Amino acid sequence: MKIIVLLKRVPDTEAKILINQNGDGIREEGIKFVINPYDEYAIEEGLLLRDKVGGDSKVTVVCMGAEEATENIRTALAMGADDAVHICDPALKKPGPLTSATVMAKAIKDEGYDIIFCGKQAIDDDMAQVQGIMAEILDIPQVNVAVKFELSDDAQNVILQRRIEGGDEKIEARLPAIISCEKGLNEPRYASLPGIMKAKKKEIRTKSLADLGFDDVPGGGKSRILKWLPLPKGGECRMVEAEEISDAVGELVRLLREEAKVL
Amino acid sequence: MHIRFRSIEMDFELSEEQKMIRETARNFARKDLEPVAVEANESGVFPTEIYEKLGELGFMGMTVPEEYGGTNLGSLCLVIALEEISRVCASTAVAVSVHNSLANRIVLKYANDGLRDRFLPDLASGKILGAYAVTEPAAGSDLASLRMSAVKKGDEYILNGTKIFISTGNKAGVIVVFARTDQEDKKRGISAFLIEPGFDGFSVGKVEDKMGLKASTTVELVFEDCRVPAENMLGGEGDGLKIALSSLDSGRIGIAAQSVGITQAALDEAVSFARERKQFGKRIIDFQSTRWKIADMAMNLDAARLLVYRAAVLSDSEQRSSKEVSIAKLFASQAANRVVYDSLQIHGGVGYTKEFLIERLYRDARVLEIYEGTSEIQRLVISREVMEEYDRMMPD
Amino acid sequence: MTKDVLVFGEIRNGKLKKVIKELISAGRRLTSGEGAIDAVLIGEGAKDAASDIDGYGLRKITVVEDEALKDYSTEGYADCLSDLIRSADPAYVLMGATAMGRDLGSRVVAKIDGVMFSDCVDVNAEDGRCVARRPVYSGKLFIEITPQGEIPSIITIRPNNVPPAESVDGSTEIVTHASGIDRGSIRAIVSEILPLAGGRPDVSEADVIVSGGRALKDASNFKILEELTDLLGGAVGASRAAVDAGYADHALQVGQTGKIVNPKLYIACGISGAIQHLAGMRTSKVIVAINKDSNAPIFEKAHYGIVGDLFEVVPILTEEIKKLM
Repeated sequence: MKIIVLLKRVPDTEAKILINQNGDGIREEGIKFVINPYDEYAIEEGLLLRDKVGGDSKVTVVCMGAEEATENIRTALAMGADDAVHICDPALKKPGPLTSATVMAKAIKDEGYDIIFCGKQAIDDDMAQVQGIMAEILDIPQVNVAVKFELSDDAQNVILQRRIEGGDEKIEARLPAIISCEKGLNEPRYASLPGIMKAKKKEIRTKSLADLGFDDVPGGGKSRILKWLPLPKGGECRMVEAEEISDAVGELVRLLREEAKVL
Repeated sequence: MHIRFRSIEMDFELSEEQKMIRETARNFARKDLEPVAVEANESGVFPTEIYEKLGELGFMGMTVPEEYGGTNLGSLCLVIALEEISRVCASTAVAVSVHNSLANRIVLKYANDGLRDRFLPDLASGKILGAYAVTEPAAGSDLASLRMSAVKKGDEYILNGTKIFISTGNKAGVIVVFARTDQEDKKRGISAFLIEPGFDGFSVGKVEDKMGLKASTTVELVFEDCRVPAENMLGGEGDGLKIALSSLDSGRIGIAAQSVGITQAALDEAVSFARERKQFGKRIIDFQSTRWKIADMAMNLDAARLLVYRAAVLSDSEQRSSKEVSIAKLFASQAANRVVYDSLQIHGGVGYTKEFLIERLYRDARVLEIYEGTSEIQRLVISREVMEEYDRMMPD
Repeated sequence: MTKDVLVFGEIRNGKLKKVIKELISAGRRLTSGEGAIDAVLIGEGAKDAASDIDGYGLRKITVVEDEALKDYSTEGYADCLSDLIRSADPAYVLMGATAMGRDLGSRVVAKIDGVMFSDCVDVNAEDGRCVARRPVYSGKLFIEITPQGEIPSIITIRPNNVPPAESVDGSTEIVTHASGIDRGSIRAIVSEILPLAGGRPDVSEADVIVSGGRALKDASNFKILEELTDLLGGAVGASRAAVDAGYADHALQVGQTGKIVNPKLYIACGISGAIQHLAGMRTSKVIVAINKDSNAPIFEKAHYGIVGDLFEVVPILTEEIKKLM
């Protein structure tokens, strides 16, 4: 089985994210970049599937990112992926979901595939669109937010549980398909030391836009970020006071709902 | 007077693989080790499942070649791993260090083919743990004065005596034990043996109740007419002292790495605490006296780490490294004690309670200057090496 | 491309999700007098659901109750909705940022060659253009984003962020549409819905935590916190003082020697805020402190605070939140 796993290089969730000097992005110095945490579930599921099916099944990681992304790709290889495609082109600066999906879909088509795993969203832009757009481009079914995965006995379908509000949907989908993975699907393995040593010898195929047949960046220019806004300053605690306790509580609830947006 | 030092090529940047190894060790320490560390250090219960997991990841075979199932990554990678593990649980680090640096190395180099085939794969995978027993009630720093006897009888050696302060001694699957095959010969009277806990006449005695490193079991081993097959001798008869002395460096590098890990943890805790704690209207981290302590702690940490890395790289390159290793061990162990002291001071009263990690770090750090060669012994080694260098260069 | 807004109503188990009123509200801002707001309801119960939004000033509600689309399927709904979008040609398509909305939107946006802004917390019109605000980097920052060019925008909006629309006079045309979609062409089918097992999340994983300190005075008083917690789908936490005093189990302890938690909302009731406790919950997104002592250190770390008796405040808080649901 030819298993594709999408991988994105993102800032560590524990990193302090601040707006940069120009106000047009984040400050990147000093930030550690890691494999998108949701992509780890995708890698793990891909590895589990490969080992279950056996034969000449392979897990190929596909990553669109800057040159530095090779270190994250190498980690995925150290976890056990067999090889990788690294799409790297100076023209690709902070691509949006349409660009990412279009370019990666072409690379995946070139590779050949039976199933694609990815994380449910990338924790930098949190758009969660690449999988849907890619599914449409490749004309395959999609199942999002998978918390349980199984290959059917005849290996033609996949049976999944997908997390929705208040419960799970049980879905059966025909292969080839794209599955986006949610926390709880599995427990991603560490890159073991033997794995790290083996990863050195695994192949990473680098592709530019031209290699994939694109004259320029597809799908760009459909939106513009006007402003980057920090969270309202921590600072002082907003003491909610009123004559009557019930009024104070009412005001607190209003603030939590409208200002803090946690209710 | 001009002293020339050997020039060592050193790239201060870790390789991609070394960074990944550090990452795996760090993630493991945080996700798997930290949740059990507090409990293990309180109850003194040896966390066997941790060693199994470490084995699965390859951390228990770092000095063993791939043909035996090891990863053969060498000292620098071991140092990196030990530092990350020590940050979270110094007790675990001791077991991993002794296993890799002492037991595995000696079995690999000095055991016969049969023993190697039998034990190295299980040692490398962490299925069994290795221990190292040289210290006796009357023989600590003066290890050559050890008295345990090994008398040849047919195709066995009969061992009599006790070993004390043996880490992992009651949990190990193999123990490297040193005993006297000749009570008179100072240099060639000691031999090394591979002991299996099932041997007739072997038993575990007292389990020490220590000040720190409580999740590491430290025991007395009792040999009463213990029967050891002759093929379990490591190296040849009389090679024991040579084996023990040549292992000193690798054991010391491990402890130096452990010291760095404890130092890093102590600094992290101090900064984290000082950023929260307010007195006299401001955070204590904003007082210069705190900042200066932090500067000193950071300096000690940085210097210790560099010295340890250098010692490890030298050791891997198989150049003579006794001086550098002793410098690293001496400095790192002392630095760790200085830093935990300052860190505890910064914590104030709560640091003296079990609520905060520094209390355990402080207790764990004290033994660093004592075991695997006391600071006094390290000074002996360093001064001897330095004197030899001067003697070679200065006219008579 | 018109200046109209098309609102997608999510129907689950025959019920229309109430987020649609928030979408209508957002729609009103976007059309601000120039365009019209239409709605599309797909699924079993769509016809009945239409009456829920009749009387909100919509121009037209299109109802699709085909057998093939009776339950949600990505491909079925995406094909149907895309057809309707192509014929209506709206500038904006609004959906709730729910599991369905996220799944459907990303498929539809590729079909209609548009742009999609996911999980927005606010939508406004500025100079006749839509400006959507959405969280990025797991909510550590926000961006304001706008579409470029004459392309349709799909905007999914998080529930409970935009105030719901008020009803207005006038009625709305309700039209039935047959999608013509063949169920056999759908390649991913839902076979059943499994409700989530009951029980509260573990405190270390919960999105909402209501925590009690020694002021609870008795283990039985934790019931007050449990009622509030269950409303919010969260977990109950406790300070070390409460655990040591025997009011709560150690599994609930938040702090240095307990669990480190990272919820979106942390409500500390009767907790003074010792450093050891703060170390455990400091990274909570929003911290609310309720304490009788106005000098309690917890107020230095909290985002919102009420000085009062938790036995008075928490029940009232529970009631107020019940009203929201």
